[in-house]
This record gives sequence, structure tokens and C-alpha cells, in this order.
Amino acid sequence: MTAPLDEQELILRADNLVKHFPITKGAIRKKTVGMVSAVNGISIGVAHGETLGLVGESGCGKSTAGRSILKLIEPTSGSLTFEGRDITGLSRHEMVPLRRELQMIFQDPFSSLNPRHTVGSIISAPYQVQKINPPGGVKKAVQETMERVGLNPEHYNRYPNEFSGGQRQRIGIARAVTLQPKVVVCDEPVSALDVSIQAQVINLLQDLQDEFGIAYIFVAHDLSVVRQMSHRVAVMYLGSIVEMTDRDTLYAAPLHPYTHALMSAVPVPDPQVEATRERIVLQGDLPSPINLPSGCVFNTRCFRAQDRCRVEVPELLEVTPGHKVACFFPITEGLGHDLIKGPDSGFVEQPTREVQPPSEVIADMESSGSARPLGADYARDGDYEERDF
Amino acid sequence: MSDAYVRVEDLKVSFPTEDGLVRAVDGVSFSVERGQTIAIVGESGSGKSVTSQALMGLVNKRNARVEGRAFIGDNELISASDEQLRKLRGAEMSMIFQDPFASLHPFYRIGSQLVETVRVHRQVSKDDARTEAIDMLARVGIPNPERRIDDYPHQLSGGMRQRVMIAMALINGPSLLIADEPTTALDVTVQAQIMELLAELQVQYNTAIILITHDLGVVADVADEVAVMYAGRLVERGTLNDIFYSPEMPYTVGLLSSVPRLDAVSERLTPIKGQPPSLINLPPGCVFQPRCAAASWLPDNACASERPELLSVTSTHSVRCLLDKTQRDQFAAESLAAAAGRAGGAS
Repeated sequence: MTAPLDEQELILRADNLVKHFPITKGAIRKKTVGMVSAVNGISIGVAHGETLGLVGESGCGKSTAGRSILKLIEPTSGSLTFEGRDITGLSRHEMVPLRRELQMIFQDPFSSLNPRHTVGSIISAPYQVQKINPPGGVKKAVQETMERVGLNPEHYNRYPNEFSGGQRQRIGIARAVTLQPKVVVCDEPVSALDVSIQAQVINLLQDLQDEFGIAYIFVAHDLSVVRQMSHRVAVMYLGSIVEMTDRDTLYAAPLHPYTHALMSAVPVPDPQVEATRERIVLQGDLPSPINLPSGCVFNTRCFRAQDRCRVEVPELLEVTPGHKVACFFPITEGLGHDLIKGPDSGFVEQPTREVQPPSEVIADMESSGSARPLGADYARDGDYEERDF
Repeated sequence: MSDAYVRVEDLKVSFPTEDGLVRAVDGVSFSVERGQTIAIVGESGSGKSVTSQALMGLVNKRNARVEGRAFIGDNELISASDEQLRKLRGAEMSMIFQDPFASLHPFYRIGSQLVETVRVHRQVSKDDARTEAIDMLARVGIPNPERRIDDYPHQLSGGMRQRVMIAMALINGPSLLIADEPTTALDVTVQAQIMELLAELQVQYNTAIILITHDLGVVADVADEVAVMYAGRLVERGTLNDIFYSPEMPYTVGLLSSVPRLDAVSERLTPIKGQPPSLINLPPGCVFQPRCAAASWLPDNACASERPELLSVTSTHSVRCLLDKTQRDQFAAESLAAAAGRAGGAS
């Protein structure tokens, strides 16, 4: 389990980030007639070598959040801090040196690479922008990066159209990591790829993280991929974070009804599990972000909504250390594991990739008979009900 | 061949191009009964969509060669004339596509598109057809169908458009529905709604469904039978349990052990190495050989020179692989155990 993160540890953080896009009318005298509230005051951050998964359906604002946090689009309000320095007010020009540390990988490996540039010039662009001359020359550094991400360095002079989707995504990854950035925002990096290629790219991203200690903000809609990649996960709905906690707790014991519905909707490639799972099918579609519903944003589709939810906005509160949820009536009845696993298969937890307890602690836990990590435990025991939210 | 309601026998589709002949579909056979669902699984370029388009007569015969036979009941589809096909399409067989944005006509109200579908095939008055359309929209779960029927496609959300597509596909009660990636463009919560709707309607109309998808989760949820395609061929075919619990073709095994899962987490995924082959320069032996982890198990590089046939293992299960049964089982057991081992390490 990830320890509750000390605020100081976060290398990049956004506080109360808001992004509204104005809707204008008229060609000459543009009049603002409304606002698309894409992101409504979210606070997120990542630590060195950590992956924060940002998950939600299309239109929930996850991509806008990912881009705003890098100042690729200017946030409407809120503050951004990178390595303890406030970068909110920096101009485009002032951001340039920071771009070395803050990079992005895009979803579409076709439109994110200039078709008229060779792979070499695409991957060496960061060196030119940052005016960096590595020992041995740019070409050598680029070819090393190409080799590292699984591209043939001899393909330096080829054009993107000569590569398949998976290889193009590797080019995009090479461009993002070649200067060894500290934070990379990955916007749906594998959703355009075939299943057998997805696993290759996920493994590559994880290896690069282990090697260079890159922090990822991993924006995706696929909960299975997010589970594989992330240490912590934030679930977004209509511009707000509805639940945020470490990966294992979220998947073992989600508290927010939306997280439940989302997880129960993802089909599992196992017919027996599928046959025994209960599925919460949400009614209706995502409301328009132009007219947000009053009260809790999820109340129009929530199967637990009550009068209070339609009037009051629930705050994102920490209910247990490191587990935040924005809901007046969170699900505490331990429905969680049945949604994911069939009833008779014992829920098996496993320590996170990076944060493993030292071996003495494991030995200690084993001798005291509780080898299961904490997340799974409190999901099972009923001690949630007694808590006062 | 079986006497199932929908039968496809040795279907071949090839496209002559400047670079050579692209064999998009090479000898595909399967069958499906009314009320049953067969899932065709494969990656992009595996020929799964071309298979379905060939059945619907949507492959342009001017620039493609289509061979083989396909039957719905007594109707043969491959040699059928355009006129015969027009009679069948929308009545006996229909199709829903991946992209509901591109497959509805943007200039016409959804009502007139639905009414047209009815009146092309049946002698019904406009008013009756409209009543039927409203009824159908209600069945696919569109709220206020009386009002919504006069909407244009752009006024509907993606999920609603897919519902309209389904309404249009099923309004004449076809015996075969081909669903080509019906939920790929939709969010998971909407996907759950649509898959549930399709299952309900399948029971009501006793429709045979050919579901084309790359999502093994969706397959596990709805299919009765599964056909796995790779580089234009069927490489394995069997019941849901055959494919998920005793897969034999190394490609199927590789797919099953490489997908990240919602219900388990692993230290590291085991991808299938390499890229799918170009359909112009297929490897001379087994098409999967360059990526196959078990190809080295056979002596003399047999997998690289000999083309395997699709052979039956049991009455329901067939596999295209040169390894013998024990070797295939051993490979599958080892790979899946390795994948499960990563998943359940801490138990």
C-alpha cells in the first residue's frame, strides 16, 4: 500500500484546478453565451517514480485536466506547483525550460507525428528546442533512445508512415522520454493499439519508469489498463474527482457509486466470472458539461441518490488515510469484490509494484497471521459501517 | 458441413493490389444457429470485418475476389445478385457498425430512416410504419420515442445513436445480425447498456448474432461460440469454454495471457512479441510462426515451412497448429500458469 503521501513529496501538483471553455457567438464581436465546465476544481499530484491514473468516461475532463496540468492549455484558475515552485503564472516563454522536465505522450500515433519529418528529426526536436548538445552528438543520443524503446536505430531516416501503430507509439514515447523528463502525462497511450501490442507498450512505459524514475499522469478510460499501470487512481466524472486512493484499495473496495458502476461495467475475459458477476447498468448518458446538474454531479444517474444529493455538493473528503471520496452515501456494504471477482473465487491481493513492505514486515505479518495487505482487509471487515462520514 | 441456420463455407476474399494479392480472408468456415452468438475475435487486419462485409455483400466485387459459399437458411449469399441481396439486407440479415456517427444519414430524421427500412421490405402504410418505428425505438430504450423520432442523428448522443442503429437493424426481425465492433466507440457504462439490450432483443427475435470484436471481455460476456482469426485465417474455433479454459493455438493463448485484467494485477504483462504480418508477404509456413513462442518446439523449423490445417480436437473445438495435442496443452498450461502466477502471486 502506498503510504499517505506527504504533500512535500509531490513533484508536480495542481490545486483547485479549473478549466472552463467559453462558448462564443458572433463572428466579429464575440459574445460569451455559456461555459463548458471541463474541469471544476480538482487537486491532484504525482510523486517521483509514481503513476497517478486519471480514469473516467469520455467528456469527464480527464484529458483537459492532463493538458492543463502541463499548461499546454491555460487553466482558468487554480495553482500549479512543480518541484516546490509555483508555475501558475509563467508565460509560454518562461515555460520552455520546464518543458524539458514535463512531457506528454498522445493517444493517436497517427496525428501526433508530423508525416513530413523523419523519425530522427521528430525525436531530436526536444534537443533543438532545449538547445542541448549531448556528448557524442544528438544523433547518437536519439539512436540510443530509439534502441531503448524498441525501435531499430537504423530507421533514423524513415518517415512515420513506414511504421505500424505500435511502432509509431514508440516514436512518440521516444520523443517524450529522450531528455529524461521528471513528469510525463500519457493521454490514452494504448487505447488506439491492438491487444497484443498494448501489453508491449505498457511494459515499455513501466520499464522506463523503473529506469528513469519518471512520474506518470496516466489518463485513460480503460480500468484494466489503469489498474496495471497506476500506483494511485483518481476517478473523474463531469469535471470533478469523485474518488481517489491507492490502486489496490480502489479496486478492492471502491466507495463511490460511480466507481462501482464503472467497474461493474467492464467485462472480464473469463466466462465463469462474467456469469456470476452482478452488473450495475447506469441509466442514461453523461449530462452536458454546459449545464451541470445541481448538487452532486452524479445524482442524475446515481442508483443511490437521495434528496440531499440533488441540492448539496459533496466535498472530496478523506474517509480513511489516503482514501478520498465525494459522496454523501458511499457504498460501504462490501459489495466491492463481487463486482470484480465471482463470489466463490477468493479475492487475491498483491503488493503494489513499487511500494513493497520490507521483508521483516512481511515476516512479521505472516507470523501474526495477517499476510494480506491492509486494503483487502478493511474491504472485507465491516468496520466501515461504524465510521461516521 | 452442419445444417445450422447460418453457414459460411470456405470463404475467401482477396484484393489484387499493385504490390500483390492481399488475401484478407483465406478459407473461413463457421456456422451459427438462431438465438446463438458467435464471436469473431482478432486484431486489426485479421480479416474479421472483411468476413462480415463479404457476408452482407458489401465487398465491392469490382476490386475484390470473393469465393466460397455462405447460407442463411436456403439463401446463398456469395453468388447472389445485387437485387437478391437488397431483398435480404435489412430483412433477413442486418448489420450494426462500429461508428454510429458515420452510419446514420445526417440529413434525414431518424424516423424517416426507420420508416424507409420498413417500407422497402414490407407493404405497410406510412402511418403504420411510423407506429412500428416508435414502438421499436421504445424497445431499444429511447426515452420519449414519439418526440425523438423526429430528431436528426446529431441531436442524439453516441449511445442513443447506436440504439437507433440497433432499432433499424432489428425492425424487420432479421434472422442474422452482424455486429461489427458495436461498442468500441462507446464508453464502458454505455457499452454495458448496449450489450444488455442486444442480449434481450436476441431472445425476443431469436436472432443469430455474429459479433465482431477485439475485446475478450465482451466475448466472455455474450458469446456462445468463438472463432479466433489471425492474418485472414481462422486459427482456432470452439465454444466459449473451449477457448477460454482450454485454448490450444499459441496465438489464442498469447492473447488471453497478454490482456491486462480488471480482476487481477500483475508485476508485468506477457505480450506477444513482434507485429502482425503483412497480408501480402505472409510467412510460408504457419502465419503466426514469426511471433510464436512455441515455434521452436518442433524440429527442423517445421513451423516456418509447413502450413497447418484447421483440425478438429473435439466435436466443437478445432485448432490450426502443427504442434501435437500434448505439446499444445503443455504450452497453454505453462503460459496461462505463468500469467496466473503473476496475477495471484501474494496468495
